[in-house]
Amino acid sequence: MSLETRTFTITRADLVGYAQASGDHNPIHQDETVALSVGLPGVIAHGMYTMALAARAVGDWFPGAQVVSLACKFTNPVVVPAEGGVELEIAGEVKGTEGDLTTVALTVTSGGQKVLGMPKAVVRA
Amino acid sequence: MPVDQSLVGRVFPPTPRLEVSEDRVREFVAATGGEYAGGPAPATFPIVLAFDAMNAFLEAEAIELHRIVHGAQDFVYERPVLPGDVLSATLTVASLRQIGGNDIIGTTSEIADATGAVVCRTSATLVHRGADA
Repeated sequence: MSLETRTFTITRADLVGYAQASGDHNPIHQDETVALSVGLPGVIAHGMYTMALAARAVGDWFPGAQVVSLACKFTNPVVVPAEGGVELEIAGEVKGTEGDLTTVALTVTSGGQKVLGMPKAVVRA
Repeated sequence: MPVDQSLVGRVFPPTPRLEVSEDRVREFVAATGGEYAGGPAPATFPIVLAFDAMNAFLEAEAIELHRIVHGAQDFVYERPVLPGDVLSATLTVASLRQIGGNDIIGTTSEIADATGAVVCRTSATLVHRGADA
């Protein structure tokens, strides 16, 4: 069963807000010069910010359900431009249910490229 | 300089306790574009504690945060985090390998409440980009 795809826009201001709320002040998420100096293509979103948006989509699909597990790999960086933002698309597919547990496989893309590897959530619905 | 192999298996001291207030949860929800209407914290909220534990580990080993890129994260929950929880994370270095000038550091953090009961176990893969990478 496919779940309704969610789209989010990520801006530099979002990364500043997320750094504050999460405590992750790694400058690669704020400062172009630092990001380039360690070989990144530019300022990138916190992987955990992308994962938080994926969790938000899961929450939208299964309102009130308890998340039992959540996992992903950060396979491609989400580069966030200085002006405007970058779009993130989150698709989901119910892979199966066992008792009260539902397993959801997500597909998270930006600019047509997958940015998370094997994102998966198990919820108790 | 590669990260010291003898770190594997090292358990770091628990982080200072974090009192999870409704305001703290609301701030986290707002920062991820949502609106908090009470109840459990978002699923990725425990990263606040895991990140604190990771920072202490990086500082202890003199690893520069800006050379760290997140490789993977995995959460397994015993129960949701709720406002009123007083939480602390204990980080263990689970694995360490070197690939192409980068260190791939595996950590696990156990997040426990004030009674010592585990709320969430989370593992992270951190990629430490070497100076020449």
